[in-house]
Amino acid sequence: MVHAEIAVLRFGLGARPGELAAAAGDARAWLREQIRGPVPLAGTTPLAPSEQIFAEVMAARREKRELRRAADADPKGTENVLRDAYRPHYRAQVLARAQSAALTSRPFAERLVHFWANHFAISSDKGIIFGLAGTLENEAVRPHVNGRFLEMLRAVEQHPAMIAFLDNQASMGPDSAVALQAKRRSVRPDGPHREFGINENLAREILELHTLGVEGGYTQKDVTSFAEIITGWSIGDAGGRFAGGQTGRFFFRDNLHEPGAQTFLGKRYAGGRDQGEAVLQELARHPSTARFIATKLARHFVADEPPPAVVDRLARTYLASDGDLPAVYAALIDSGEAWEPEPRKFKTPEDLVFSTLRAFGTAPGKPEDVLRSFELLGQRQYTPGSPAGWPDVARAWDGSDALMHRILWASGVAERFDRGVDPLDLAASSLGGYARPETLAALRRAASGTQAVALLLMSPEFQRR
Amino acid sequence: MHRFQSCISRRRFLRSAGALAASTLAPRMLFASTGGPGRLVVVVLRGALDGLAAVPPHGDHDYADLHQELAIAAPGAADGALALDGFFGLHPSLSFLHERYLAKELVVLHAAASPYRERSHFDGQNVLENGLTRPIGTADGWLNRALAALPGSAHPLSERAVAISQNLPLILRGDAPVLAMSPAAAPDIDEDLLTRLAALYSKDPWFAARLREAVQGEALLDATPDMPSSRVSAGAAPTKAGLARGTDRMGSAARMAAALMRSAGGPEIAVIEAVGWDTHANQGASSGTLAQRLAGLDNGLRALAEGLGPLWRQTAVLVVTEFGRTAAVNGTRGTDHGTGGCAFLAGGAVRGGRVIADWPGLSRNALLDGRDLRPTLDLRSLFKAVLGEHLRIDGGSLASRVFPDSGGAHPLQGVVRA
Repeated sequence: MVHAEIAVLRFGLGARPGELAAAAGDARAWLREQIRGPVPLAGTTPLAPSEQIFAEVMAARREKRELRRAADADPKGTENVLRDAYRPHYRAQVLARAQSAALTSRPFAERLVHFWANHFAISSDKGIIFGLAGTLENEAVRPHVNGRFLEMLRAVEQHPAMIAFLDNQASMGPDSAVALQAKRRSVRPDGPHREFGINENLAREILELHTLGVEGGYTQKDVTSFAEIITGWSIGDAGGRFAGGQTGRFFFRDNLHEPGAQTFLGKRYAGGRDQGEAVLQELARHPSTARFIATKLARHFVADEPPPAVVDRLARTYLASDGDLPAVYAALIDSGEAWEPEPRKFKTPEDLVFSTLRAFGTAPGKPEDVLRSFELLGQRQYTPGSPAGWPDVARAWDGSDALMHRILWASGVAERFDRGVDPLDLAASSLGGYARPETLAALRRAASGTQAVALLLMSPEFQRR
Repeated sequence: MHRFQSCISRRRFLRSAGALAASTLAPRMLFASTGGPGRLVVVVLRGALDGLAAVPPHGDHDYADLHQELAIAAPGAADGALALDGFFGLHPSLSFLHERYLAKELVVLHAAASPYRERSHFDGQNVLENGLTRPIGTADGWLNRALAALPGSAHPLSERAVAISQNLPLILRGDAPVLAMSPAAAPDIDEDLLTRLAALYSKDPWFAARLREAVQGEALLDATPDMPSSRVSAGAAPTKAGLARGTDRMGSAARMAAALMRSAGGPEIAVIEAVGWDTHANQGASSGTLAQRLAGLDNGLRALAEGLGPLWRQTAVLVVTEFGRTAAVNGTRGTDHGTGGCAFLAGGAVRGGRVIADWPGLSRNALLDGRDLRPTLDLRSLFKAVLGEHLRIDGGSLASRVFPDSGGAHPLQGVVRA
């Protein structure tokens, strides 16, 4: 009977009214039905595609430059040009994400979308992608979350938001056509000479954070050669230094690509535009990648310190299925360790907000409804701050000051939501058999409905999954 | 029937915390500061600061060639460095640090690094904070282990260190009790709710412990009369531009740390974090991205010193980052992950006005792996010196418990005033 609770609360995003009953028949089957096909956003907020946002940003940058050139320019005014271009997109993406999490009838698949978006994290505090952060999740992760890892990997690493976040768009092979031409031009006896070359940021993070993992068995030489291999992976733009391609879409710039064969992880790769994709294939089927992904999935769904048996099982399934993600998810569903009744994962702020929306059976109608919550709880959406993403262990979130913020937040939520809600009904529909007797007793004794709701949201069983 | 619902300000709640303490929550003992012991602030710069831009070695004839458009010119040139010893300079954004240098309150260290020799931010930060030679091997930080060895406490039952953060950074995690506090907008709290939560958590030690710490933190805030406009305005609505540069966060964190440390019974040690140093593209030189970040850091340190007031005389401020960046500019006007970099030790207690650097040079043969400034100073030598000389932690504890396997990293000598 507790199986439905585990499926809905741990694998899913928290129970909407009636959801525990829906999963009660066969909880494993309820999960398996969700891991087929793309996972589009639930909800109704319209979102602009990345190429449109990118084009707007480029236009805003040009406008800003022109404004700056004007003699009487107010520098504050020029700042706003960029912010005004990005901000509506950021807000719409945050709203759409929260609506989808609140409303979806495939919450396990939605959680997997969040998991992968965090695995391939980009952070919108980097100016150029402020308005693009949600597009990676929606355009590169959602279509592939129930496909092969390689397909998602390729979509992500060639998404303009990732390329811009990790600076690959102008990374230049030292012997590429553009570099050679520029060197010839800059040869003046006393003039300054500028290096033309690679930026190894994207290459390093693909290896360290997206595939092999930091212990995955690569060297600095591999990082450097991989960075040269993916020179030319860029973004199309109508104007600017490197015109060409479709604005805001992945564009392979042959003239930035380092020509010739490369050695990577002991293997030779012939030069050309397929060189990078061949390496992605190799990375996607590498045992280190299997283990790294298995470890992260097990950590997310089982425990901060994932049981080695689960990691082994998932890694084996990954390799045997050639990176077929639903097969790996199925192995997770079939792992007894994931069904231990004791909840072991402390909810992240995001988990807490989404599960609260679901508990109330509501969805935000405007960005303000959720932006403030994420700010107060310390997880502003799409701003993990680094490509490593948000941490997935309790100790990163369980500071005493963080707990005080959760109490303050829960009090505020309870004040807005108490009318017409019987806290005991809410406990039953959102926690089912997970609600402890002492929590139910505290709700009954509470001084008010508001206080009871705050106690429910702050109960250990609601704070964990 | 509404008597439990009265919402009171956080501060008023704190004043009545004694009532809670008598029942479910441990008391916090408040003693007047004795004024004697050394105070320490550790500023962790996450993302890897370019030491060759922050402390340009303009006297090295390979420097300008390698760092090119990102190089800071020698003092005296347009937009040039602030003069130090004729060989090194300070980035022009670091005017407060330069004043401290002239006042002999700043030691600049260069070609320094933790024992970590790979180039992952996350592992690099782990080594910087766990005090070991490897990124894994312990779940606690060296500063927490140092607390256990800290002599003579003025207030033995309370936390002696605070992280200005919602959650504890690794450097302060461990067995010794510490606080995590952040500037945040949080005006009201229902006192009765806290009492009831304490009861609800009584069978869940994990939650119970955190609630206890949280209430103690609130009590400390209450005992902090010069907290700048309380937590409410300290963190309220920083501007987006400020957030992007990290300047507001550094400033408000510094002011909060200073106010807490000055309060009676306040912590002697504080940890502040600043992000945004990972300048892979368009790093800039005397102006630009990195220059703005450095200005934010410098302003934050100035706010810290002003906030500490007379306590600055007893304070040492350690500014460190996980590793340096490549000596050569990369293909996108930035720098990639490197090894050796710079560090700062500032404060009224510091015997400053000096640069400590066993400079390896930037010639092709001198560079580590042909790309990075080769480290010649183990940061643990600096940490040991500060903990030993300034906080008077005995050398035995430092060598065994605080920094295991650090035999080769001898403490620097004479970094604080006698």
